[in-house]
Amino acid sequence: MFRSQNRGNSQPRWLFSFVVVVIFFLSILPLGRLAMIGISSAFQGGARELLSDPAVWQAVYDTLTTSFFGMIAAVILGGGFALLLTLFNVRGKTALGFLFMLPTMIPPQVTALAWIGMTGPSSALLKAIGMAPPLGSPQPLYSIGGIALLYGVQNAPLVFLSLRAGLLALPRDGVEAARLSGASSWQVLRDIILPLSLPGFVAGAAIAFVSCVGNFGIPAILGIPASIYTLPTLIYTKFAAFGPGTFADVSLLSGLIAILSVIGLTVEERVLRGRDYRVIGLSGQVAMFRLGNWRLVGELVLWLAIFITLVMPLTALIASSLAPAYGVPLTPATATLDAYREVLFKQAITRTAFFNSVTLSLATAIGLLVVTVLTGYYLVRSKSRLAPVLSALAEIPYALPGIVLAVALILVFAAPIPIIGVSIYGTIWIILIAYFSSFFAVSLKPVVSAFRQLDPSLEEAARLAGAGFGRRLTDIIVPLVAPAAGASVILVFLIACNELTVSAILWSAGTQTLGVAIYNLDDSGSFNLAAALSVLVVIMVIAMMLVLELMAKRLPKGVVPWRS
Amino acid sequence: MAKLILNRLSKAFETGGRPAVNDVSLEVRDGGFLALLGPSGCGKTTVLRMIAGFEQPTDGSILLGDRVLADAGEMVSPEHRNMAMVFQSYALWPHMSVADNVGYPLKVRGVTGERRRKKIQEALAAVRLEAYADRRPADLSGGQRQRVALARCLVTEPDVVLLDEPLANLDRHLRQEMEETFREFHLRSGATMIYVTHDQAEAMALATDVAVMSEGRLLQVASPQEIYARPEGRLVGGLVGQGAIVKWPAACVENRLLDWETLQGLLVQSQSSEPADILVRPQDVEIAGEGMPARVISVLFEGERYALKLALGDEQVLRAFSRQPVKVGDRVSIVIRSAWRL
Repeated sequence: MFRSQNRGNSQPRWLFSFVVVVIFFLSILPLGRLAMIGISSAFQGGARELLSDPAVWQAVYDTLTTSFFGMIAAVILGGGFALLLTLFNVRGKTALGFLFMLPTMIPPQVTALAWIGMTGPSSALLKAIGMAPPLGSPQPLYSIGGIALLYGVQNAPLVFLSLRAGLLALPRDGVEAARLSGASSWQVLRDIILPLSLPGFVAGAAIAFVSCVGNFGIPAILGIPASIYTLPTLIYTKFAAFGPGTFADVSLLSGLIAILSVIGLTVEERVLRGRDYRVIGLSGQVAMFRLGNWRLVGELVLWLAIFITLVMPLTALIASSLAPAYGVPLTPATATLDAYREVLFKQAITRTAFFNSVTLSLATAIGLLVVTVLTGYYLVRSKSRLAPVLSALAEIPYALPGIVLAVALILVFAAPIPIIGVSIYGTIWIILIAYFSSFFAVSLKPVVSAFRQLDPSLEEAARLAGAGFGRRLTDIIVPLVAPAAGASVILVFLIACNELTVSAILWSAGTQTLGVAIYNLDDSGSFNLAAALSVLVVIMVIAMMLVLELMAKRLPKGVVPWRS
Repeated sequence: MAKLILNRLSKAFETGGRPAVNDVSLEVRDGGFLALLGPSGCGKTTVLRMIAGFEQPTDGSILLGDRVLADAGEMVSPEHRNMAMVFQSYALWPHMSVADNVGYPLKVRGVTGERRRKKIQEALAAVRLEAYADRRPADLSGGQRQRVALARCLVTEPDVVLLDEPLANLDRHLRQEMEETFREFHLRSGATMIYVTHDQAEAMALATDVAVMSEGRLLQVASPQEIYARPEGRLVGGLVGQGAIVKWPAACVENRLLDWETLQGLLVQSQSSEPADILVRPQDVEIAGEGMPARVISVLFEGERYALKLALGDEQVLRAFSRQPVKVGDRVSIVIRSAWRL
């Protein structure tokens, strides 16, 4: 007779151990190791030495100022866009929303390259239209202000999403009640809508700040040439000049980043927890303000914002990729596809990078899916009090800036793995493990929301039909969460393919990724090659976002990150 | 097959509070059709889920014949109980066709080919859905989905069939049709069936035995006729039929079935007897020329008759039927032909 002690649970006993082991290796082990080394080196006096280095304080100062001004820019841009797009009767909302979300999915180093191509004396675009500043004049983006501006462009979508989610949940009847009380549109906006959307603003700003603090691509391209270092780029240069104290130093520096991020995330969590009033009242159709004659103006403003933050930089990027050589003016006659030929067919390094990024991302996306289907199933179905704790632990590696995790994994794998005695440091495997850890939460989220939507009786019916766990998994569970699983694979692939921060720290000869290749091409002065590679990456990003956009109707709410 | 025995079954959830199921003992004979009746939150669904194996009892045991299915220490998992269930939400798998849904238990048991096809065919024929074998559940109406769920139960000849408020999501018309289908299904399959419902009419119409539960406890188990005629206690009396419960100085009488003469006699010598609860059914209240005075407090036209609420002299409320129209506030005389001391 089959008897078990599983207390009516649908889960086999090994599932809990599996989830604990997964979360231990992807989250607890690396972060614990980082904390341990950080604390122990702080006690051994490493901290005093590091903290007496003025360069560190300069980096902290620069990180804070760029992130703060970047956050302000993101709030103005993203907040304004969200208010205009959500509250007013402008046309083309879907297209505008999609285009506005694009910059956040484009890798930061590509954004930086595109903006460099748009400004400064060597801009192929400005030269082609005869507006380039004279040679020798400085590139205006190589500055604190330039970094902050691009932080703003890159992270405005985060504020946009956070605010838009809040605005869409605004009780329409509350607004109508205010109208009936005699309030004008302006008064309704000032007295009802802005106060109610304040949490969305604050939460969006906090997320944008955290994202700025951890950004590597933008300060690496804009800051390093002007000797401006933020904490992530400082860690990068410390690794480049590897010395005996490096591990202690970088663990302390990433500890600093982690602390800044945790402060930001705490603010966000606090603010959102207080947002209970959104359940009051019916929320439905939102477009509550009619702009009348001003509608055209509003639409122009929105499209102008898209034009400046997206179309112009991308045009500049394309122009740079088509320019024949540094300094030669771009005309229809001189335009050439040589750069594309070079990166696609001639350069072994870019081909390797393509291969590495695609295999790494595919392996991560598909490998993680296997893990997350089981983990998500456990987290949703388990009644254990440990489940919320495990769920939070799974989130942490993605919430923290990638550089923190990369450093943590180096600390874990710098020495050969105990027992088997193999060292994976410097191989592609350490990048793969870092990706698993970093994007675990990305992969988990769509799967978990699909499980939450699944009626448990569908599985109970299968149990009574006699199907054991493995059978239910293949016949019932997996087919039913398949759309979300598909979205999870595309999402992880998209993010992993574009990632630079983790691989910039972890790569070595032969294991460079696309992000690293773009950065290195720019660093070595092959700006047109870097631009060509970037254009290819942007095309790939847009294609995958469109696929997800088309799938969106069949997916649970919240799976596609730019739709709310 | 054998009889299903619940032996002092209890279930307390970790969240605390009173136990969801408290010391329930029950025997369902082989081939019986038991209705578990009670208001929502009374623990009837928890009992069902324990029988299915989705919950483990915290005390007591469940036996099928002499095979122990579950006790506080161990349990047989649902996969190995040979039971079937019709869920309130039907729980049809949306990615499979009707035939695949019905045939899934066979597939899991390794039945293949022609034999499986034939069994699916039979099961679908039993619920008159042969023509829908290749449809998806999403293309079916509520009643059809219900019948697919039933066919899925039918296909493996389970020892016990569990039904969790299967008619709750259907409209009134469809309910009657489905009740007929369930009865037919029970006769044909001879399976032991347990049917959870909060609708007493449904329980009476379908079951061979009715078990009434309230706040986790079992109040009474009997045949529908018995439970209607001889309910035990206020809760059962209030739940079964549309009777009114009034206080009457009837505690001293031996006989629990009281006629008008006895009732009147008790009123006269009321000082000598303690008050007790008696159940008065509306069809036993007759508006007559003579009898007790009462005042009409509400009138509801039901088509074939009027349903009245009457206030007695001491403001206790009775229900009654009347063929003639009456008005709110009218004074009438009534005779209580029969009452049951609870």
